[in-house]
Amino acid sequence: MNEFLDALTLARWQFGLTTLYHFLFVPLTIGLALLVAILQTAWVRTGKVKYLRLTKLYGKIFLINFAMGVVTGIVQEFQFGMNWSNYSRFVGDIFGAPLAMEGLIAFFFEATFIGLWIFGWDRLPKKIHLLTIWFVWIGSAASAYFILAANAFMQNPVGYQLNEERGRAELTDIGAVLMNPVALTQFPHTLFASLMFAATVMVAVAAWHLSRNQFVDEMRTSLRFGMWANIVGFAGVSLTGHSLGLVMTETQPMKMAAAEALYENATGADASFSIFSLGTPDGLHEIFSVRIPYLLSFLSTNTFNGTVEGINNLQAEYTELYCGAAGTNLTCPTDGSFTPIIWVTYWAFRWMIGLGALATLVSVVGLWITRKNRSVPQWAWKVAVWTAPLPMLASLVGWIFTEMGRQPWIVFGVMTTESAVSPGVPGWAVLVSLIVFTVVYGALAVVEFKLIVKAAQAGPPEIDTTDRAGEGGGNVDHTQLATVY
Amino acid sequence: MELTTVWFLIVGVLLVGYFILDGFDFGVGMALPFLGKDNVDRRVIINTIGPVWDLNETWLIVAGACLFAAFPEWYATMFSGFYLALLLILVALILRGVSFEFRHQGKGVQWTRWFDQFIFWGSLLPPLLWGTAFANLIQGVPIEPLEGGGWIFTGTLLTLLNPYGLLGGLTLLLLCFTHGLVFIALKTEGDIRVRARSLATKVGLITLVVAAAFLVWTVVQHLGDENALLVIVLAGLAAVSLVAGILFNLRAREGWAFTFNTLTIAFALLAIFMALFPYVMISSTDPAYSMTIEGAASSQMTLELMTWVAVFTLPLVLAYQAWTYWVFRKRISRTHIPSDELVGAH
Repeated sequence: MNEFLDALTLARWQFGLTTLYHFLFVPLTIGLALLVAILQTAWVRTGKVKYLRLTKLYGKIFLINFAMGVVTGIVQEFQFGMNWSNYSRFVGDIFGAPLAMEGLIAFFFEATFIGLWIFGWDRLPKKIHLLTIWFVWIGSAASAYFILAANAFMQNPVGYQLNEERGRAELTDIGAVLMNPVALTQFPHTLFASLMFAATVMVAVAAWHLSRNQFVDEMRTSLRFGMWANIVGFAGVSLTGHSLGLVMTETQPMKMAAAEALYENATGADASFSIFSLGTPDGLHEIFSVRIPYLLSFLSTNTFNGTVEGINNLQAEYTELYCGAAGTNLTCPTDGSFTPIIWVTYWAFRWMIGLGALATLVSVVGLWITRKNRSVPQWAWKVAVWTAPLPMLASLVGWIFTEMGRQPWIVFGVMTTESAVSPGVPGWAVLVSLIVFTVVYGALAVVEFKLIVKAAQAGPPEIDTTDRAGEGGGNVDHTQLATVY
Repeated sequence: MELTTVWFLIVGVLLVGYFILDGFDFGVGMALPFLGKDNVDRRVIINTIGPVWDLNETWLIVAGACLFAAFPEWYATMFSGFYLALLLILVALILRGVSFEFRHQGKGVQWTRWFDQFIFWGSLLPPLLWGTAFANLIQGVPIEPLEGGGWIFTGTLLTLLNPYGLLGGLTLLLLCFTHGLVFIALKTEGDIRVRARSLATKVGLITLVVAAAFLVWTVVQHLGDENALLVIVLAGLAAVSLVAGILFNLRAREGWAFTFNTLTIAFALLAIFMALFPYVMISSTDPAYSMTIEGAASSQMTLELMTWVAVFTLPLVLAYQAWTYWVFRKRISRTHIPSDELVGAH
């Protein structure tokens, strides 16, 4: 078969690209909703106009971003059926339930209250209006929970049994699906990562204005609030990341081994974590590395003398288990390999940690050098502006790690990715679809980025504080409409 | 009633909800070049759906997710089979959605014009393609069961483009167009309200001819079915509602006209669902290959769980969405849109 028209490869590329793209907007939405809600609460409680101006500024960035999150989200739902119909029919009984719950419980809620928040500034009482933005955040976080529960089923399938007659997996315990340990740890991990992402955007906007000495009062508040939020986010990400590592070692030991490129079992000091390593081109032999002894053992087992299973060992174990007597064509990959692409998992894992830590380092140093209104050199502001993409990139490589590290499985131990693809869709159709999404998404990314930069550079809007009670009360507020459509 | 039937109805209700709600959004988008003489008009038109288009579109996401959860076989076969149509729908929905937000954010007339084009085509294509897809569902498409479970669509990407399918698409497009025009008349004041009403009458009459042809064709195809009577009654109710909608619109009773247009869409789609019952996909290859509701459904446990979720959430959803419409009940007019110079000064 022509390699360029292999439906499986193309469908995987499409899923990877569209999912990462969607995930540019989701964490910013979740994170900014929280920060905007806090700012608006500060305004309602203190009455200080600077909080209102910040609410409006970051609210506008939030909205530009939210529209993209919604429309790219539909693609996510539809492509399970379009490109992965075997997967959809095989696990729909379990996987569909959290998706439907997400829609009915969370997404309706979020979409309704966002409309009320955007257009409701002058049509709702102040406190009710404040409540709507908190509801948006609650809805977006609940949404994330159900989606992560669905994803957790793919990482660590629980609460199901195989129905031989129907040729599919069926739900036996929704409690187990929703309380999947992977979901319970992945959820706070994602929320804290979202907070970091939104916080650095806030820091970058503030730094850009402060370096120009404009909106100083608002922007100092924004800067320090963003830096603290970033540090809180990083602390949360680290703690939950550690729990996630322990759960992962238990449920998907191959992914942990692939994160460290650990080929042979290792115990105690030998279970070291390499910060950097250089191998032969085939990846099998190490030339040079910088290692911290015991750290891999700690990350994987929470003790310093634990044993971490290596790739070779797991490969043999899985071959026996999934390609042996009990294996089926759904569980045995055609090339017999149960090992993910090691250089991808190895480096994605390191970049995720490194980029997140770097962003936080900037915040910690930043809080110190901006204390008590000290003057700050221009280069420091530049560094702060350029920190903005770091947590975003960390989120993306984090997802690359978690999804690529699961391969060759689409549902770990139950179904391989290659057996999940739609049987009736020709490769060229997927190619057309991949090209269309790449072009449309690419163009929209440029527009979106420009709009966010433009809104950010315009700074916090002037607030018309004149009393408009004489104008007939409940009428449509003209200025507000102008800022909407 | 079997839970599988209940879920067939719930998915049907969600889709009816989607086409009633996003249906007028589509119509509003299609009306943009016809009613929007200048940018102020166009902003009035877009702002009629401003606070609600997003939550209306959410109905599609929820309907899709419920289809996935309750009828995985149907979801998998239809979505992979109707590949090109769905790809176009997705692109249309993406461009339409971002355009509402992006059109006023850039500089220059050309920028706004581009996004107005996206709004128009992004509103026109989805009902056309969905209508085509639904018509094909009840007419039958080439599907056959696979060994080891599941069905496969054996047609090509152009299979859906047949006269009956296209007539179905045109019908839904026109229904949404009329629906949107009446919605604009209901939500605006002044000259634009009058023009919307007058265009709604004209488009309504064209819709009546096309929809009547489609409904008669549908009824004729399903005369032998056990549900034939129900299909005929529903199709008849759709036609009567459409006529009532046009008459009320003529007498400038926009609220009633909108109500009857809503009923038209509901009855027409229910007629399609009843024509489909007890199948979810009819096979044109061999009637024996058709996918039944039972054959497409999830396990009893999943359906029970989802029923509880739906029973608790849907009334709540309807309540807070109704409240949203209540909050934004006021009409919008040109005086609510600041002049473009003013916007530039902000």
